[in-house]
Amino acid sequence: MLANGPDSFIWWEWVGGHTDEIWERTIEHLQLTGSSVAIGFVIAMAMALVSLRWRRAYGPLAALSGALYSIPSLALFGFLVPITGLGFRTAQIALVSYTLLILLRNIVAGIDAVPASVVEAADGMGYEPWRRFLAVDLRLAVPAIVGGLRVATVTVIGLVTVAALVGSGGYGVFIEDGLSRARGFSTPIVVGGALSIAMAIAFDIAFVLLQRAVTPWARAAGSGATP
Amino acid sequence: MSRPVAIRLEQVCKRYPGAADLAVDHLDLEIPTGEIVALVGPSGCGKTTTLKMINRLIEPTSGTIEIHGRPAGELPVHELRRGIGYVIQQTGLFPHRTVAGNIATVPRLLGWDRARTRARVEELVDLVGLDRQMLDRYPSALSGGQQQRVGVARALAADPPILLMDEPYSAVDPIVRARLQDELLDLQGRVQKTIVLVTHDVDEALKLGDRVAILNVGGVLAQVAPPAEILAQPASAFVEDFLGAERGLKRLALLRVRDITPGTGPVADVGDDADTVRTLMHAHRVTWFGIREHGRLIGWQWGADLDGSVRAEGAQPFRAVVSPDTTLRSTLDGIVNSLTNVAVVVDDDGEYRGMVRIEEISEGARQ
Repeated sequence: MLANGPDSFIWWEWVGGHTDEIWERTIEHLQLTGSSVAIGFVIAMAMALVSLRWRRAYGPLAALSGALYSIPSLALFGFLVPITGLGFRTAQIALVSYTLLILLRNIVAGIDAVPASVVEAADGMGYEPWRRFLAVDLRLAVPAIVGGLRVATVTVIGLVTVAALVGSGGYGVFIEDGLSRARGFSTPIVVGGALSIAMAIAFDIAFVLLQRAVTPWARAAGSGATP
Repeated sequence: MSRPVAIRLEQVCKRYPGAADLAVDHLDLEIPTGEIVALVGPSGCGKTTTLKMINRLIEPTSGTIEIHGRPAGELPVHELRRGIGYVIQQTGLFPHRTVAGNIATVPRLLGWDRARTRARVEELVDLVGLDRQMLDRYPSALSGGQQQRVGVARALAADPPILLMDEPYSAVDPIVRARLQDELLDLQGRVQKTIVLVTHDVDEALKLGDRVAILNVGGVLAQVAPPAEILAQPASAFVEDFLGAERGLKRLALLRVRDITPGTGPVADVGDDADTVRTLMHAHRVTWFGIREHGRLIGWQWGADLDGSVRAEGAQPFRAVVSPDTTLRSTLDGIVNSLTNVAVVVDDDGEYRGMVRIEEISEGARQ
């Protein structure tokens, strides 16, 4: 058995000596991910409301968010730095733009998928339009919306590591650190990568559980179900 | 007996944007309180459009619609709708709410308190014949028939005087449909709502409607009348055609044994001698006779098999036994399947009430 040292794939002593920094980077990673997804969700919801009210707006809004989504992350950071400088804000702007397409599409698709008969029954029973939207349309779209949040969050957790380039912190700092050192010292890269993956998996599982918790009716679907 | 008008449509027209022809064409229709009116017709006849104009899911292009004497447009639309029960084909149940939650929809919109809502929900599941255990289930766990019952309970939740039903039974299989139809008639006997029911099934319309309104393509009212009248006197070739084959049999399905006068039938008492029986058979022009003992008809025997006086042991049972509530259609079916060509009428106490031959049925159908 080889002794564990700086040349190892992962040097445990380094890890033990950096617990405080790991914790700090975890907080940064979570903050950047959480705030970006939250802001993205608010903007996407606004875009969805506009799209649902004026159907013709959906095409251009989806195209715009699709265009943002297609810009390579490195290029977008490079483009933003001269304008907004280095730091948290720049990273956030880029990350928010990546969430829009997924969230907008899922919100609109979720609401479109509400059965016409359910909407008609709600109208026929005397729901005011706004009340129906909240209590019926939006409520039934929750599984699709949570699904969108899940994909957006997992995507953003990965992208935050790249955002370290613009000085926004997070696990990407370890990876950058590892890349800048002499060959053979892989520990920071392994730690940064592994933690980022672990966080993505944790959120993925959490969203699956959340989805189940907010859709008790989906589990009740039994043999007697009719289309 | 004239009842106050619940719904009045006067010269109502609907033209959909971009359509050349009217979907509903100058429709006049009065629906008295407590009556079931079935709107029936081929696709494109505007029956669903007509229904939806009553709760303003569709606004008429011209004409007036009054609900209990007030123009439908007078109230805010959501208030109007909360006072009108609405049942639709695919049930439109909220998949994310339990049976109890679905039924409680309108009471919640109206701001009822929890206890009152809960009590009403329980009353309704009993009324539509659902098990209270189902209250906490989601619609997806129910059968089609159960879902439809929940749909009716939900529509009745705030006790609206009017119920609109849009093809309520077209998504369930024929056996369940027949049962749900019977349940609706039974329910109507207790709740006495004004019901407007849209269907494409003329038999359903004839079975459920106190009156049937037949619409033709383009939203033209072809005839509105009670089912028996429509079957007896179709107003036009279109109506006749739409009623389809076996119009006579459909009429018989609406008439019951109590609506006609059964004959006495060739009935001999136990102990009568052969001469009496022969005279009896001759008078009725038959070759068999019924055997009565202590006021009850116990069976019948061929005249040729009579040996001496009439004895109870010789009796074989009648195949067709009906009650005053049996439809003439079932009675006729019994007659053609019997050896004696009669159906025996027995009341609820088992007392013999007479015999029905094809002659009595055709006479009754002609009235």
